[in-house]
Amino acid sequence: MTTAATPRPATGAKRPRRPKGLSAHFFLVLAVLISVFPFVWTIVMATNTTRDIYKSPPKLTFGSHLLENIRGVLNTIDFFGSMLNTVVIACVTTVLVLFVDSLAAFAFAKFDFPGRKVLFGTLLVFMMLPLQLAVLPQFILMSELGWVGMLKALVWPALSNAFGIFWLRQYIENGVPDELLDAARIDGAGFFRQYWNVALPMIKPAMSFLAIYAFVGAWNDYVWPLIVLTDPAHVTLQVELAQLNVGHNTDYSMVMAGVLMASIPLVVVFAIFARGFIAGATEGAVQGS
Amino acid sequence: MSSPPVTGPATVPEHRGGPGPARFRPRRTPPAGVARPERRGVLSYWRQYLAISPFYLVFIVFSFVPVFYSLYLAFQRYDGLGTKQFVGLQQFEFLWSDPVFWLSIRNTLAIWVLSTVPTLFGALVLATVLHSVRRFKGFYRIALYLPNVTSIVAVAIFFGAVFSNDFGLVNAILGMVGISPVPWLSNPWLIKVVIALLMTWMWTGYNMIIYLAGLQAIPQSVYEAARMDGAGPVRTFFQITIPIMRPIILFTVVISTINGLQSFSEPQVLFASNAANQNLGGPGQAGLTTLLYFYQSAFLDNDYGYGAAIVWAFFVLIIVLVVINWRIVQRGRKS
Repeated sequence: MTTAATPRPATGAKRPRRPKGLSAHFFLVLAVLISVFPFVWTIVMATNTTRDIYKSPPKLTFGSHLLENIRGVLNTIDFFGSMLNTVVIACVTTVLVLFVDSLAAFAFAKFDFPGRKVLFGTLLVFMMLPLQLAVLPQFILMSELGWVGMLKALVWPALSNAFGIFWLRQYIENGVPDELLDAARIDGAGFFRQYWNVALPMIKPAMSFLAIYAFVGAWNDYVWPLIVLTDPAHVTLQVELAQLNVGHNTDYSMVMAGVLMASIPLVVVFAIFARGFIAGATEGAVQGS
Repeated sequence: MSSPPVTGPATVPEHRGGPGPARFRPRRTPPAGVARPERRGVLSYWRQYLAISPFYLVFIVFSFVPVFYSLYLAFQRYDGLGTKQFVGLQQFEFLWSDPVFWLSIRNTLAIWVLSTVPTLFGALVLATVLHSVRRFKGFYRIALYLPNVTSIVAVAIFFGAVFSNDFGLVNAILGMVGISPVPWLSNPWLIKVVIALLMTWMWTGYNMIIYLAGLQAIPQSVYEAARMDGAGPVRTFFQITIPIMRPIILFTVVISTINGLQSFSEPQVLFASNAANQNLGGPGQAGLTTLLYFYQSAFLDNDYGYGAAIVWAFFVLIIVLVVINWRIVQRGRKS
């Protein structure tokens, strides 16, 4: 990037670059402000009273009414009950997705068995279909099974999502060397030992990406829980949150406290795993198959 | 309707030191010489079949059969309780002459264009700028990606509050500079603008990350050669960056078409609070997207056959639009 062929004072050499770099950072900081603003403004609204937000001009600083608003949320909806439901659903779904998908992905990535291409191809085609094509029959199926209103109705359709297999297969194909599997087989390791002792330890980054992906997806899912969880006593956090906003409720600061409370766990999870997650998301998107 | 970062037609050379072990084989080699001995009977592969069976059992029951079953339902009259009655193409004939269906299609398309164009354009610009800086890259990436992991319900409630006609922050700020309140959530076009803004806010960072990965795959030597030839930054962008990035842009266009047309939660949450309005999608049903109409027909009116017809017609529309977009991006390559 150095343009100066002749030795010049440091300031002189840097000057042509500095404005460009500065304006780039200015632009990016502006974008970051836009992307972060809703979080900040949610906190502002959640810590003030509704009257403060609605007066003109509105109060733009943090207030001291957060606890009051949180109490309002807890009195209006079953926040912790629905949160517990969501945590259970998200954890169960994530664990099952990891196990089921990695097992299948390992078989697809490293073994050539009859029907492999057709089976995997079907999966790819279905991955591109809008989920809504299946929603109605899924609901009918759930009513036949008597699962409408029950939490297990959320787990199974989530498991049938093929993305994890597609993604892990890609990773295993490249990330687990054939030589290692060969060596394991010579040592007498069968298929499942190769999967458990050789492949799984090597695909931890891919698995942790999939774990966060599945967890966030289950946590944020709204449409299917809205349809299938017909019993108001057993809903997930997102459905409960939408309920908070419905109808006669004009206490916006209270609603915003609910939004804040529901968002914090996810933002924390994301903040902890963000680096690996973004790297994973990028690779999954960019590597063509 | 979160989008999985699924495959793209993009084939970018390996470049990042990504997480995990190094890559051992070049891509596009046939899968695994590991287990390819002499031909064996199908049964000798029972371990592999056993390994994939948990997924395929769930997949067949909860995905494969339901998709075809919904096509079957589209030719029936069924309320979920009584018996099914075969009605041939009647559902689709009714659909063809149903003004609400066409209204929902127009709404969906308008919201899709209003959100996808700024999203992809903004993402490309952001990625280019982010690619050019060296410091705080990790911070910018995380901060700009953050909107994508928040829940649509939370975001929709937030946008509803900020764009509220009477008390929202946006109108309050406009009021301070002397502009009279704008009816964000009752004007048919402004409703779409608000929904599109919401989607743009959520998806720009996601697409930016994908573009950034593509930009990082372009070797620096290409840019140096361009600079030698005296190409400025704008010319470099349009004549080098864009053409090289075309496969990735194509991928994001396809994904955005599939996802952007499936808006449901945004209008559903935004306008659910309006108890006086029985119709979904807000005043004048201006926010009624096709999926919202599907939800209303199937689950509120219990008209399963019509719901299935809507969702299949909608699927055909998505395919048509994906093909058109594909063609447009591909044609750009030839010229």
